[in-house]
Amino acid sequence: MRSLLRKDILILRRSRLLLALLVVYPVAIALLIGFALSRTPAHPRVAIFDQTPAGATIRMGSEHVDVARYTEQLFNQVQSVPVSSRAQAIAKVKSGDVLAAVVIPANIAAQLSSVLNHASLEVLYNGDALEQSLVRSTLDSALAHANLGFSEQIQKAAARAINALLRGGNLGGLGAPPNLVGLNQIPTLLHVIIQRQPRGHDRTELERIEAFAGFAARNLSLSRNVFSTVGQPIRVESKLVHGRRTPLNNFAVVVAVSVSLMFVCVLLAAGGVALEREEHTLGRLLRGLVSREALLAEKCLLAAGCSFVVAFAMLAGVGAFVALDWSRVGEWLLALALGAIAFAALGVAIGALAREVRASSLLAFLLSLPMAFLALVPSGAVSGGFSDAIAAVSFVFPFKASLQALDAAVNGASPSLGGSLVHLAVLTAVFGALARLGLRRAE
Amino acid sequence: MGQRASRSPVSSVLDAKALTKRYGHLEALRDVSFQAGAGEMVAVIGPNGAGKTTLLSILAGTQRADAGSVNRPPSEVGWAPQQPALYSKLSVVENLELFARLEKVPDPAAAVERMLEQTGLRARSREAVGRLSGGNRQRVNVAVGLLAGPPVLALDEPTASLDPAQRERMWAFIAGLAERGTTVVFSTHNVSEAQRHATRVLVLAEGRLLFDGAPARLLATQGQTEGGDLERALVGFLARHGDEPEAQS
Repeated sequence: MRSLLRKDILILRRSRLLLALLVVYPVAIALLIGFALSRTPAHPRVAIFDQTPAGATIRMGSEHVDVARYTEQLFNQVQSVPVSSRAQAIAKVKSGDVLAAVVIPANIAAQLSSVLNHASLEVLYNGDALEQSLVRSTLDSALAHANLGFSEQIQKAAARAINALLRGGNLGGLGAPPNLVGLNQIPTLLHVIIQRQPRGHDRTELERIEAFAGFAARNLSLSRNVFSTVGQPIRVESKLVHGRRTPLNNFAVVVAVSVSLMFVCVLLAAGGVALEREEHTLGRLLRGLVSREALLAEKCLLAAGCSFVVAFAMLAGVGAFVALDWSRVGEWLLALALGAIAFAALGVAIGALAREVRASSLLAFLLSLPMAFLALVPSGAVSGGFSDAIAAVSFVFPFKASLQALDAAVNGASPSLGGSLVHLAVLTAVFGALARLGLRRAE
Repeated sequence: MGQRASRSPVSSVLDAKALTKRYGHLEALRDVSFQAGAGEMVAVIGPNGAGKTTLLSILAGTQRADAGSVNRPPSEVGWAPQQPALYSKLSVVENLELFARLEKVPDPAAAVERMLEQTGLRARSREAVGRLSGGNRQRVNVAVGLLAGPPVLALDEPTASLDPAQRERMWAFIAGLAERGTTVVFSTHNVSEAQRHATRVLVLAEGRLLFDGAPARLLATQGQTEGGDLERALVGFLARHGDEPEAQS
């Protein structure tokens, strides 16, 4: 086997273009996937034509809420491009300089203060169906965030006004006379006065007023909480049921490394076996010089070794930018090694079935790409039956098991490393047996 | 080169008995038996699909017969398939060294030196096989089959795709091997080559061995004398004897 291994390393060293492609292509794909998964959506460029006069406020009882706070909330969600007219906003949308424009009318403060009508903004956008969908959903989200922030400001102003009415005192802001009695104090004061009144019609009327004042004070106090609930009816409290929380960046690293591991390994193993057929050497080797098992083991060893080195170098390199737990490096190596061997077994099975290098490379790509993408489809993202089919396909190919093993090794995620390693070992045996069958006819 | 004299095998170096091979319902070889002595050059001829490559593959051990036996294990039969079985990215000497090690030749370096000498490829020994001409590649292909010094060499159409000058050099090389005592069994579509270089011809058709004897005897079956047209004789023979085998010489 040593002679064969030396020969294959020599051939690999002389196929520099192939070697470069084998490393560059998966790394490029891995980085693209990594970026796609780890980068938060970029803030879209949105032109803002704000017609509100500087310092415009909305009056809520004695409180004044600055309209600028609303626009600040909105600007935080987008990359704002201030424009000075509606026409300029439209021109920027048409030219594609911005994805959309928001026109804030001059009377928005008056609209909000009127309480009778909703205040409205004008949104202008352009582009194809996909862009429109993206812009609309992004802006809807941005506006929802801004609305929520603004409603909190209004709630606080309203709550302060209610507090003032309940406590009493000098409520100048509400246009009330000085040293006004608070609603909370009225029942107590009235009770003292009622006790001094003789029984009769006047006392009965005063008792009714006392009962109303008590009822009004209790309910007005309750309305502060109602405001808060109406402003944000549902709060989300998330809990992780099992496993460890994996930051998206760390998961993206695991995906990127797994993709590289898979491509380098499968292509190299498949190509290695197919090359023996293409060079017509398979028959010569298998007429007693090397056993089929030894030949497959040698191809697996070479492919797994090369991909292991590439994947570990990638993981270590990325570790310089993303915080990884180096104390688990032993588990990383185990997950990478078992993953590489399983991918190599798949590769030699493909190589044994294909008759030439090009066919084996094509078959390896055709199998690997969907295998990776199917494994990344979250359960529940598609309908039940289709989800089951995806789960079954992902189960019989090594990508998902390898991804889970590496995620468990690097991030301590579930399922456990042990289960994934056993899964990979079983898949190695199955694909190894398939490869052995594929080699039954040497030439 | 003139026609070689037929030598009767005093003691057979190669003994194939009742070889049968089936691919599904197709019988590629039907009960084929023959013997060959040291230094004999045996040509296997016949129409396409006759079973020539199957017979040589079984002798070389790249395929197993469904029935019958060969007295030599594959390690004692040198093998040169029709398509050179070599690594094109490796040099001549690297290919020879690799196969010498895999063949477990006691002294690989000496075996490689011997083959470079015999093939006359010493000057091109460091050149990648993929850059060699078809003829030189075929010589390396045959040389790989000879690394372990086997008593029998099986060659599947050794001169196919070679130009006339390359063919002449290849036959001179093979004849040299036979003169040193190697039994050579080769298949060919070129009947005139069989006439010129073989001591015996085996005529196969539809997997059956129809004739086993000297080329002169095949000519005689069609009323021709030595130096006649063996190709025409073969066509006439197949037309007359397609259904029943000729008694062995």
